[in-house]
Amino acid sequence: MNNELKYLAGKAAKGLVSRREFLGRAGALGVTASVANSMFASATKAASHKKGGHLVQGVGGGESTNTLDPALTASSVPFLNLRLFGDTLLGTDANGQLDMRLAESFEASADAQTWRFKIRKGVEFHNGKTMTPDDVLKTMERHSNDEAKSGANGIMKGIDEMSVDGDNLVLKLTAPSADLPYLIADYHLIVQPNGGMDNPAEGVGTGAYILEADEPGVRHLWKANPNYWNADGGASYDSTEVLVINDATARTAALQSGQVHMINRVDPKVAGLIDRAPGVSIQNVAGRGHYVFIMHADTAPFDNNELRMALKLSINRADMVDKILRGYGSIGNDMPINKAYPLFDASIPQREYDAAKAAEHYKKSGHDGSPIILRVADGAFPGAVDAAALFQESARAAGIPLEIKREPNDGYWSEVWNKQPFCASYWGGRPVQDQMYSTAYLSSADWNDTRFKDPEFDALLNKAKGELDNDKRKALYSKMGMMVRDTGGLICPMFNDFVDAVSDKVQGYESNPNAELMDGFAAMRTHLA
Amino acid sequence: MHPIFKLVVQRVALSLFLLLAASVMIFIGTQILPGDVAQSVLGQSATPETLANLRKELGLYDPPVTRYFNWLFAALQGDLGTALTNGRDIGESLGKRLNNTLFLAFWAAIVAVPLAIFLGLVAVRYQNRWPDKLISGVTLTSISIPEFLIGYVVMYFVAVKLGWFSSVAMINDSMTFLMKLNAIALPVFVLTLVVLAHMMRMTRAAILNVMQSAYIETAELKGLSMFTIIRKHAFPNAIAPIVNVVMINLAYLVVGVVVVEVVFVYPGMGQYLVDHVAKRDVPVVQACGLIFAAVYIGLNLVADLVSILSNPRLRHPK
Repeated sequence: MNNELKYLAGKAAKGLVSRREFLGRAGALGVTASVANSMFASATKAASHKKGGHLVQGVGGGESTNTLDPALTASSVPFLNLRLFGDTLLGTDANGQLDMRLAESFEASADAQTWRFKIRKGVEFHNGKTMTPDDVLKTMERHSNDEAKSGANGIMKGIDEMSVDGDNLVLKLTAPSADLPYLIADYHLIVQPNGGMDNPAEGVGTGAYILEADEPGVRHLWKANPNYWNADGGASYDSTEVLVINDATARTAALQSGQVHMINRVDPKVAGLIDRAPGVSIQNVAGRGHYVFIMHADTAPFDNNELRMALKLSINRADMVDKILRGYGSIGNDMPINKAYPLFDASIPQREYDAAKAAEHYKKSGHDGSPIILRVADGAFPGAVDAAALFQESARAAGIPLEIKREPNDGYWSEVWNKQPFCASYWGGRPVQDQMYSTAYLSSADWNDTRFKDPEFDALLNKAKGELDNDKRKALYSKMGMMVRDTGGLICPMFNDFVDAVSDKVQGYESNPNAELMDGFAAMRTHLA
Repeated sequence: MHPIFKLVVQRVALSLFLLLAASVMIFIGTQILPGDVAQSVLGQSATPETLANLRKELGLYDPPVTRYFNWLFAALQGDLGTALTNGRDIGESLGKRLNNTLFLAFWAAIVAVPLAIFLGLVAVRYQNRWPDKLISGVTLTSISIPEFLIGYVVMYFVAVKLGWFSSVAMINDSMTFLMKLNAIALPVFVLTLVVLAHMMRMTRAAILNVMQSAYIETAELKGLSMFTIIRKHAFPNAIAPIVNVVMINLAYLVVGVVVVEVVFVYPGMGQYLVDHVAKRDVPVVQACGLIFAAVYIGLNLVADLVSILSNPRLRHPK
């Protein structure tokens, strides 16, 4: 082993590099993948035995109004809680591969319209009852029936019929969907006793941690579940605590003064400084979330594609990643998909800032020169108001007059987003392309916030749903991406990274593009030094 | 009937009427706000069906007047209802938060009020000399800096650099009394700085005003020491304005400290109220609003009564 490799292995043992990063860097040193893989395993094994202690996570994005009802989970803290006390049938790992959790295996019919999930046996709920396929069925029903008020309702719509057959849950869909397993991995769909029909907010599941204290907007205390079904994937601490710290400065101070072990949502402005501070390190990973400006493609003046193109060409993406994200992100390409998605076509050309071309399109659009109103609030995404100002400046260089209208944060999502024709917004992304497009770009989608309505696009999307050949699907998605990029109402300047900060007292931190704090699994996959 | 007793009864009745009026105002205010609780809870993941289901379950399709009176009758029977957002009993969760708020306010007051009055007295004793100027300078500076900035500065130097107290002032039932005091040390310090100047300046002004009276001159001619004059002759006559300003600051410590709560992550009522306003959870906003109004009205009532009782002319009207 040369020195570089030794150094890498040492870092891997301390949990400072992820498996993927390790393989990549070892590969660059001329080590084959299989050798590198076993090296990583042996390097980390020594460090991965340790269990016990108390992990405290300081998390921004929790309110006193939170509940443990999985159906009503929408912000960071409730999401993390679901991860701690519950399990979904399937999960997605850091590389975007499916991961069997409460389902042991699954199979699809040839037309991808009927799916069978074999439910794991001998799994116990925190209340001592054994989980049955019937509990799984009831869970799915609660999120999809006519009285549902679930955040997962949108993704459950395509299910026509569900039933239990022996140990299996059988889902019959209204139309083929090759991505169904990814939809079933949605974090809302954790299995509850009797599907949570009796008491949805009691916080009882099959998860690695059992509820000790539940104080919404303050803290949530959990202790390890001794009867967890998966001995390897269970709690790696005796207890863990989620502290709700919504103020970014307070969160940082809590980490630096040692009161919490890890925090989420580090302000990009201070991330560089924190990384240089002793005892803590910044962990950032490119995710699927993107900061956007959205135009209603069916509302004047945005119903003119020349004007939409002029606006798309007049935004300086690189400048925004630099100034708004301070480099903790990547540039967007006016489509909601980036390389974090499976089946992404990297050959789609990158759109650049081009004031001259923008001016040309603007002239062709025949716009009367009156200011174009862009609505924005800081709540749209962090730094949205500054981003709008940068956009205004770069558009001015192309002769396009933008007028920024500040809106209050309060009520922004109910009064401005999806209502006003041109505003700033944020998308968290979805695990697969199909879900992202079905959620916001299908003509009939409830959240089609760009009013992008193209029958040809809808047809392609439906075709891709039933296409089980990955190469063909990739080609279809590539075509769809180009359509949104060139004719859609989406201006996507940047994809933001998840920026967490972690204390040196915690080891085994791995990057995970699915969500912040290791996709919510930090309390199961890290350990105290 | 003793005129004082009559006065108290009158004031209390008026206060109850004010509370009722406040509850109407709060209810109207929450109705004017854009959006409703169903939209806020479901956020970006709302679909028309889920919105309709949630609204039906929460009874949001009833007319506003019906909802207000339903709430009022329940509240009069001591039932504050359950939060629309998470279905928790409001009385119970609010009770905990109110306790925390009062705990913080109490300890901040214990430190700030005697300190402010003492510093006010010292400033009068050394009027226009360096102790007076120093006290006024420091307290006026601290009141002029926004409290969140003082909070951050204190947090950085005391909690992060020196590691003396915790930057997260989170208290819970499993902590001992001393642990709780340790946890709230920094917010108490910041709140003290914030309320000190107002009370100290008022004490100084009120006593200086009295000091120009003829009987103070008489006391001086009797040969009493300066501090005895202030303590025995000036202070009792200056008590009404001082109590007034102390009460205003106590009310502030209960209802106005949301910024300090957020900075130090203190689980008090301010953050609780703000979260529920953001989610349009009307019953909780109503309950919090009522408590805040009651605190203001109650403390003002006390201030009025004290100023009447401390003044013989008002105590024995002709």
